[in-house]
Amino acid sequence: MSNIYWDSFKTFVKIGMFTIGGGYAMISLIEAEIVEKKKWIEKSEFLDLLAIAQSCPGVFAVNISIFIGYKLRKTRGALVTCLGTVLPSFLIILLIAMFFHQFEDNKAIASMFRGIRPAVVALIAVPTFNMAKEAKIQFANMWIPIGSTFAIWLLGVSPIIIIIAAGFGGYIYGKYIKPTI
Amino acid sequence: MIFLKLFIAFFEIGLFGFGGGYGMLSLIQGEVVTHYNWLTPGEFTDIVAISQMTPGPIGINSATYCGYTAVHNAGFDGGMAILGSVTATFAVILPSLILMLLISMFLMKYKEHPLVKAVFSGLHLAVVGLLAAATLLLMTRDNFGTINNPWQFWISIFLFMATFIGTKVMKINPIRMICYCAVAGLLLLY
Repeated sequence: MSNIYWDSFKTFVKIGMFTIGGGYAMISLIEAEIVEKKKWIEKSEFLDLLAIAQSCPGVFAVNISIFIGYKLRKTRGALVTCLGTVLPSFLIILLIAMFFHQFEDNKAIASMFRGIRPAVVALIAVPTFNMAKEAKIQFANMWIPIGSTFAIWLLGVSPIIIIIAAGFGGYIYGKYIKPTI
Repeated sequence: MIFLKLFIAFFEIGLFGFGGGYGMLSLIQGEVVTHYNWLTPGEFTDIVAISQMTPGPIGINSATYCGYTAVHNAGFDGGMAILGSVTATFAVILPSLILMLLISMFLMKYKEHPLVKAVFSGLHLAVVGLLAAATLLLMTRDNFGTINNPWQFWISIFLFMATFIGTKVMKINPIRMICYCAVAGLLLLY
């Protein structure tokens, strides 16, 4: 019998271990492991999840893991995936706090991370294109993703404001403009 | 009582830390350095550097490090200090755990409702913009070096392109791709 708790725990330990440079970098990993390989959630659901995880407080990666865990096995599943995500960084940082205060001075480690950082940026660029396909962007609504990009990138608008505005806009659209969708 | 204080401080950070990793940084700094004096500004900078160089979310990393260091600096032994880092780490994820569980329950129940669907069709469009902005905001000197150091700069650009094509077109697993780039960094950027 293959145990879903153990399987999801292992998967999120793996994801937690390779999340470098913040939660956004995890999107590619999660997509590869959970949407494509394990098929635990669908692609469109994954987009919902990104919006939710972004608009909730707390650690992005942990929020994502809790949602997927809950979907698999309710509250117990959520506790398992949450623990899996946190455990690798907890253990690594604990060891560093206990023993290696001069960790960042290590030249070999520093050079490895100089190689990893541009890769991490690419790992965030890829889902941008994948999600664009999934979000059903048309000519008429193209201004929404483009406008959001520039508002955050150049004007420094908080992503939370964008999410709230987009959700509210969707509600108005669904209720008053095109109530059948 | 240092454990209770750690719990409260990191619970607050988890509750009000919107916007993920770097958005949380100023909040953590405010509590841990300015308010409680658990860490010196230098120690805090160390955590940021370590967080950039180790796996894991920065919110978790700083909670773990801070929990250990604060209890240790208060004169307790190693075992108590580990308990301190468990306390802080647990406290920082507890708000997300409660909120996300409630949201998940709500969504499982109402996800077929037309208005919930309409809200999400709006959100989907915005998330694309969010991701594009995150990519653009990370195109920095910190991550790519500068043109003054052409060797590192062009290798960074190459690794960026290789990872993009490797994961998108050739479907190489992202974890494997990160390992390749770590080796490339070790060999070429030492």
